[in-house]
Amino acid sequence: MNDGGITREEVEKVARLARLAVTAEEKQVFGRQLNSILEYMEKLGALNVDGIEPLDHVLPLRNVMREDIAASGSGPQAFLAAAPATRDGFFLVPPVLSD
Amino acid sequence: MKIHEMTASRIAAGVRAGEFSAREAALDALKRIGEVDGTVRAFLRLDPEGALAAADRIDERVASGEDPGPLAGVPVGLKDNLCVEGREVTCGSAILAGYAAPYDATVVARLRASGAVFLGQLNMDEFAMGSSNENSSYGPVRNPWDPCRVPGGSSGGAAAAVASRQCALALGSDTGGSIRQPASLCGVAGLKPTYGRVSRYGLIAYASSLDQIGPFARSVEDVALALEVMAGPDPRDSTSAPLPVPSCRREPPPTLEGMRLGVPAECFSEGMSAEVEERFREACAVYRDAGAELVEIRLPRLPDSVACYYIISTAEASSNLARFDGVQYGIRSGAGEGMIEMYQQTRAQGFGPEVKRRIMLGTYVLSAGYYEAFYARALKVRRLIKDDFDRAFETCGCILMPTSPTTAFRLGEKTADPLQMYLSDIFTIGVNLAGLPAISINCGFDGAGLPVGLQIIAPAFEEPRLLDVARFFEGRTRHHLRSPVLGPGEEARG
Repeated sequence: MNDGGITREEVEKVARLARLAVTAEEKQVFGRQLNSILEYMEKLGALNVDGIEPLDHVLPLRNVMREDIAASGSGPQAFLAAAPATRDGFFLVPPVLSD
Repeated sequence: MKIHEMTASRIAAGVRAGEFSAREAALDALKRIGEVDGTVRAFLRLDPEGALAAADRIDERVASGEDPGPLAGVPVGLKDNLCVEGREVTCGSAILAGYAAPYDATVVARLRASGAVFLGQLNMDEFAMGSSNENSSYGPVRNPWDPCRVPGGSSGGAAAAVASRQCALALGSDTGGSIRQPASLCGVAGLKPTYGRVSRYGLIAYASSLDQIGPFARSVEDVALALEVMAGPDPRDSTSAPLPVPSCRREPPPTLEGMRLGVPAECFSEGMSAEVEERFREACAVYRDAGAELVEIRLPRLPDSVACYYIISTAEASSNLARFDGVQYGIRSGAGEGMIEMYQQTRAQGFGPEVKRRIMLGTYVLSAGYYEAFYARALKVRRLIKDDFDRAFETCGCILMPTSPTTAFRLGEKTADPLQMYLSDIFTIGVNLAGLPAISINCGFDGAGLPVGLQIIAPAFEEPRLLDVARFFEGRTRHHLRSPVLGPGEEARG
């Protein structure tokens, strides 16, 4: 499944995908630990799973709808109050586009 | 008897009968916490004013002849991943420091309406990721039986608080054993209900297809009482099962004649310590002597459950924890540098090493090129694991297993090697993958005086049978009555 183990470039790529800034030391430590864990996980490769239906959830899931009527809730202020930065009733973030 | 030594059922009966007040119960619990929690460190935050105000409301109801509820005046601790409106909730993580929940979790609202008195938030492994409580951003909890050992995890604070008589009842969550394993290591009863039995609304998610909230207590009767209050469908959680809650507090049967209990052959080959095996065989003998028929069953994929679990749970976690990005909650870092840098810096600063490791692992197993080999394959193995349990329950009513292969290990003993820590979850993980109910109860002690846990597993939604079998054991043994010796100012040994 994973020949030769996870490379430094792959650790950097995964960290980027996961939106995690990692130090040089973390790249090394996480790389080594992930390798040992992934190597262990490769044991699943030995099982025959041909024709097995994947099980992503134990319950028969279905969409649950409610009546389309107004109900009381916490209101936007309760949620905005927990944010690190807000302005005029919106969450405030750093610039996304430069000019 | 001091109130903090009483069970939850006994406290509720005392308050309801006017034998003592809810205020007295709350004050006694707070006093006990003041005496022993300097050593145990189970609570992250206490709310004495809120607790006493809630207790006074219970006492007013008693005085005016209103029904104060089945948990009247019972002091309860909450794992720090359950939301209480207006109270700080951090999931044991620095990234949520200072975050106040905007609403009550459904279990919190239900317990409150039943007369429970919340004392505060209990320490845990960060985002419920851990088996020792050493991954908390706020320092480890100590095992009340030996403060230089871990209480287990991730609900370590909940188990330790109940074991050290700081609260009669605590709520935790169990994704791969996070209720049962600390219950085992701390010598208390801990129940993981069937997936869907209890609403997860207001539980901060780790792995949504596996997470389930459940109670800790010092008797099976108390666990059953708490389950009756917590369980049942909730329109706010589409995964809560639309089933009525059965009565779980019936008298245990006088005999287990005719009951078949399965013992998996595989559990003896997965690194169980000699003393855990001895206590487990003694526990099996208690059932055999009571007329139950013990049958050997096979769970052939048990050895594969750790790998399967750590693929699925980390994949779900990498997605669930994407929401912690410095925008809506908690801390923010690196805000001067642009959006992506702010995300990366906030998460780098806010998450601890185990959470980062699992997010990276989950991101990897879901990434292009590895998805099929890891995640898609693990979902198929999950089906095989569930099939194993389904087949086993064709020949037995409940399954008996140890909860943990060893008793409590020393602080620091397994922190250097994450994989070794993961392997200590071998006996609990399959239950979550299959969505089954299971309980851990105290079945004795090892030579060092550390508790050993017996795990009982039942088919989905058969909690009444599960609790019958557990109560039966408790009625025939006295292990659960022993309490750890902890004094004021006791220092950690070793």
